[in-house]
Amino acid sequence: MFNEILTVWSSQPGISATIWLTILVFVAYLARNPAHALIRSTGRAIYFACRLFATSLRHLETSLQRRNKEVVLSLGQDACERAIEREFHRVNAVVTRDLSAYPALHRQISDTIDKIEEDYQAATDAPPLPPAWLEAVDSIASIPRTGDATVCTILDNIGKTLEGAHQETQKAYRKSTLERHKLLGAMQPQWRNLGQSLTRVKETIDGLEERSTEIDKQMKSYESIRNGEDTVTRTLSSSSLTQFFISTLVLVIAVFGGLINFQLIAMPMSEMVGGTSYIGPMRTSDIAALVIIMVEIAMGLFLMESLRITHLFPIIGSMDDKMRKRMVVITFSILAILATVEASLAYMRDLLALDREALTQSLAGTGIIAEAEFRWIPSLGQMIMGFILPFALAFVAIPLESFIHSLRTVLGMIALSLIHSIAFIARLIGGSARQFSVMLVSLYDLFIMLPLGIERLVANSIKRRQTPDTDAERNEIYMEEQS
Amino acid sequence: MKKLILTTLLALGLTACSEPQSNARAVYLLLDTSGTYTAEMDKAQKIINYLLGTLDSGDSIAIARIDSGSFSEKDIIARVTFDDRPSTANQQKRAFKDQIDDFVDGTGRGSRHTDITGGMLQASEYLEETGAGEKYVLIFSDLEEDLKKGHIRDFPISLPDIHVVALNVTKLRSDNIDPRDYMERLDLWEKRVYQAGGTWGVINDLERMDRLIAQR
Repeated sequence: MFNEILTVWSSQPGISATIWLTILVFVAYLARNPAHALIRSTGRAIYFACRLFATSLRHLETSLQRRNKEVVLSLGQDACERAIEREFHRVNAVVTRDLSAYPALHRQISDTIDKIEEDYQAATDAPPLPPAWLEAVDSIASIPRTGDATVCTILDNIGKTLEGAHQETQKAYRKSTLERHKLLGAMQPQWRNLGQSLTRVKETIDGLEERSTEIDKQMKSYESIRNGEDTVTRTLSSSSLTQFFISTLVLVIAVFGGLINFQLIAMPMSEMVGGTSYIGPMRTSDIAALVIIMVEIAMGLFLMESLRITHLFPIIGSMDDKMRKRMVVITFSILAILATVEASLAYMRDLLALDREALTQSLAGTGIIAEAEFRWIPSLGQMIMGFILPFALAFVAIPLESFIHSLRTVLGMIALSLIHSIAFIARLIGGSARQFSVMLVSLYDLFIMLPLGIERLVANSIKRRQTPDTDAERNEIYMEEQS
Repeated sequence: MKKLILTTLLALGLTACSEPQSNARAVYLLLDTSGTYTAEMDKAQKIINYLLGTLDSGDSIAIARIDSGSFSEKDIIARVTFDDRPSTANQQKRAFKDQIDDFVDGTGRGSRHTDITGGMLQASEYLEETGAGEKYVLIFSDLEEDLKKGHIRDFPISLPDIHVVALNVTKLRSDNIDPRDYMERLDLWEKRVYQAGGTWGVINDLERMDRLIAQR
């Protein structure tokens, strides 16, 4: 077909091709203006369409960015609220534990102070006064002796009495001083007690001060989140990414744990539900084993939720404490029952494996071999694993919650990058299409350069002929144009 | 949205109601007891032990002998469908093995004739009855059919979706003189099996029995 068309002008393909090319060039020359317009308009249309697409994507990007920010801030706000709540709980615990006993402590301190005061009052140093008549006696005793023996004797007796009275006073003073010292000695443990009580109060107050500092810090970040500061958004996003990777890692570990668990119970399950029935492409026994593992994970989720460690189900979190405690007991009991079932299944697996091994050996004709000495170790190990793995899987709830929360942020970020990239590609395509249309126009002209060259020559010669030679002629043409 | 949910539920329901494809396997082993083949019984025993070790709960196995007239229930030495529970299946396997051991110990003089076609017809019947998803007929024979006078076996047989595997096909003395006899014998059976709707295979090296049945 192509050859027939090629040789329509001449049997020589070269000549025929030249004629075809000439015709093509001529036709292209004739269609130059509409072709140029078509190419340019197509380029412009693609350019504007791409620009429009990119602009709409930019709008989408902006709204997604806003949404991402809202999500991140909301998550951060939740976390911050939880942290503040926790701090207040701690403060409450400190106040309840230590400061609830404060009135009693206060009374104890007051009593101690009163007692000390009383003792202090009692221990006041008051030297005993000599009797009032003593001065009179002293004056009499100091009268000079005139030589009368009787008077001298009287005066001596008075003097002796006086001396005796002084000694008695001194004795009484010593006694009272001793009692005062005893009282002061008895005050010592009370001071110590007082000191200890005050130290306890100080420790409590210090603890409260620390908590209040922490609350201040949390409140500051909470305020920043409420204000929607960009720095906080960036910090929270990066923290969300970290959470995502860590939780993914832990979930992968949990998946491996689940697989091991599955291997432990899948074979003995066929002993319970039969090994021949299938649901779809999977054995019913395998599905039953998977269901047990899933139920364990679900129970773990409910347990963590009831303990208020995770917050995936608001309905459980908002239950009253009595109901929540009941739920904790129920979920834990189910988990423990399932763990026991798994442990027994793991033991059965071991027995089945032993039986199968014995059969294989008898079929192979190797005879009965002696039972291994430490065969009980793997049996026990399997049972322990069967019992522990369900409880370990129960903790999957914690990384799962982190994963779900951080996934929202990560998905938002991925979508944002994707939209950004698509918008960039759209702009690139639009710009390229415009440039390509310009290039095509030039190429078109290159293709028809021969007739274009001829046209230019002809136009130049006509122009030259029409160009006025003298100034008078130029003026005449100008005047004609003006009129 | 409601339509979508309804369609999905309907599709799921239809899938659930459809005939379930059986995953069980059924094996019918034909043992040639004619002439010198009685001396090969230890090899047959190995094959049976391998099969017992490979087959699982829900699978079926039957061992039958090929003698002068093999299209008979009487020629079935032992047959069993393994229980759903692996522990019971293991006990069944032990009992089956004992049965086969007794048969092998009691094998005396070989039969005069060899009716392979009759045995295959019997096998086809048995395998159909099991309703298994994978069906195998294993022929432990030299494939040289020697029918009793009056027995008619030259008609097309039916072995739909049955894998026929010839095991330990020994070469006869005449095959050594002209190996084409051996080739022709194999070709003849291959053609018959394919015409019957089955597939054909030969395993002479018993070390390669892992190719015999698809492992799970």
